[in-house]
Amino acid sequence: MYVIRRLVQAIPVVLGITIITFFLLRLIPGDPAMTLLGNRGTPEQIALLRARWGLNEPIWIQFWLFLKQLAHGDTGASLFYQVPTRTLIASRIGVTMSLVAFATVFSILITVPLATIAAIRKDRAADQVIRAVPLVGLGMPSFWVGLVLILVFAVNLGWFPVGGWGDTIPEHIYGLILPALTSALAIVPLLIRSLRVGMLEVLQADYIATARSKGLRELRVLLVHVARNAIIPTLTLLGINIAFLIGATVVVERVFQLNGLGSLMLSAISNRDFPVVQGVTFVFALSVVIINLVTDLTAARLDPRIRLS
Amino acid sequence: MSTRPVGSTEGGGDQAVALEGLVVRSHPMLRKAAHNRSLIAGATILGILITLAVLAPWIDRYPPLEQNLTEILQTPSWAHWLGTDQLGRDVWSRLLWAGRFDLATGFIVVLIPITIGTIIGTLAGYYKGWPDTVLSRIIDIVMAFPYYVLIITLVFAVGKGIRGIFIAFALTDWVTYARTVRSSTLVIGRLGWSAAAKGGGLSDVRILGRHILPNTITQAIVYATSDIVYVILAVVTLGYLGLGIQAPQPDWGSMIFDGQAFMTTKWWLSTIPGLCVVLTGIGLSLLGDGLADVLRPE
Repeated sequence: MYVIRRLVQAIPVVLGITIITFFLLRLIPGDPAMTLLGNRGTPEQIALLRARWGLNEPIWIQFWLFLKQLAHGDTGASLFYQVPTRTLIASRIGVTMSLVAFATVFSILITVPLATIAAIRKDRAADQVIRAVPLVGLGMPSFWVGLVLILVFAVNLGWFPVGGWGDTIPEHIYGLILPALTSALAIVPLLIRSLRVGMLEVLQADYIATARSKGLRELRVLLVHVARNAIIPTLTLLGINIAFLIGATVVVERVFQLNGLGSLMLSAISNRDFPVVQGVTFVFALSVVIINLVTDLTAARLDPRIRLS
Repeated sequence: MSTRPVGSTEGGGDQAVALEGLVVRSHPMLRKAAHNRSLIAGATILGILITLAVLAPWIDRYPPLEQNLTEILQTPSWAHWLGTDQLGRDVWSRLLWAGRFDLATGFIVVLIPITIGTIIGTLAGYYKGWPDTVLSRIIDIVMAFPYYVLIITLVFAVGKGIRGIFIAFALTDWVTYARTVRSSTLVIGRLGWSAAAKGGGLSDVRILGRHILPNTITQAIVYATSDIVYVILAVVTLGYLGLGIQAPQPDWGSMIFDGQAFMTTKWWLSTIPGLCVVLTGIGLSLLGDGLADVLRPE
């Protein structure tokens, strides 16, 4: 069964991200407790932190302590705010999830029409122009794109807020437009490239020739036959690239002053608040695994070829 | 990088397949290269950028770190081609030196990952079995981390600055090379000539060294052209976040950050360093597309 096989595959990956998240702390040179607390910690506090992380114990006991915390949905108390990491994450995750969702919608809205036009008009002017998009887009740093969009659409034109996300739901949506567009632009170049290739393959398929030879109108062929078969490659591509998109939102949140997980991670980094950094990293990786699982299972539902292979 | 976007690249929907029958014969390939527009355009753009970076010590107009508090935030003029920043430093000179640091970092940083990744990927793809299974799982795990999240966290853990950047990429970036090289090694294996060579009595070392590595290295180099774009993007992003190349050393990322506060009045301070990054990206992408084309057999 494909579903079971795919679920089983996810287990070692989740175990692996747990191990990597754990070892992130051990990468800190010297004594992590000392390095992190530095001057702000009294010797007692440092000793307490060492005890909490089990730094005097063998590594596998440290890992066991870490797993026990994780089983309670936590990576320990924040060194800075003195509250459980999960409380901080829970209060911020909504913003990031909305941003990622919006950005995904934007990237589909931008990619699908452009890739379709490029594929239909292969090698003509429109295709040449659209093929240049990835070339320029690939090398654009997200934070810079964000700044340029702020400059043009918020500062000069005044169409959007410069940052923040307001208090009401319409304000949230309004405030998310520019950040979501910025994040989407981080993956659009790759999506266009790949989807254009995917569309070309679909266009050359026998069933398209059949549909045309039946005398169907070109628009109908495109909407019914091509679009339907292009959904699966689009979905798979989105699944693969969601990790990069999520990574981009970290920096984008900083640029647009959104209080999501990315901002939480970056401020935790400047506060040397390691449990929070660990917690956010773990949540990010876990969401990527879950999203990939969902896209794969959806693709398998839509396409029997995947299910049965 | 591990969790960077994955997609087919132009000119190599499946670059591994492009390897079929690849024979390193320099003459026809050079001829092909001379006629490849994207290769020439990419090499030209990159050549100009690298030349400017290399010549920075001779063509800068002021020392890049020299502050002049009586001349802060000037608009571009004959004395300061791109104006001055908030500490009165000449932006054109800093831009050149930043390019020097960022490009050098990008190109040097990938050396360790490309070496480790090519070796591991080739061995896993050649011997298959459990080493290959282990590698595939490691790839899956590292790819689960959002690119910037992993790099930012690693640099934070091992310490910000150049050293942190090197360690972070050495730890993670080899995975993508191993992934690319592994799949092309598998394709080569399926072609049968390595089995033929083995049947002819050649040792594994000889088959790997003489027949497989030359192909996988080419593959890795083509891949590196797009990888360097991501590495430079990450270095600049880290610089923007204050975790990368450390002040007062100029870096495009920190220049963008410094200019951000003056975005409304001095827009060029943040915009121009960004354009340099974009230009580097265009150059490398064109070069990569061109290389993939040239190295693909007829």
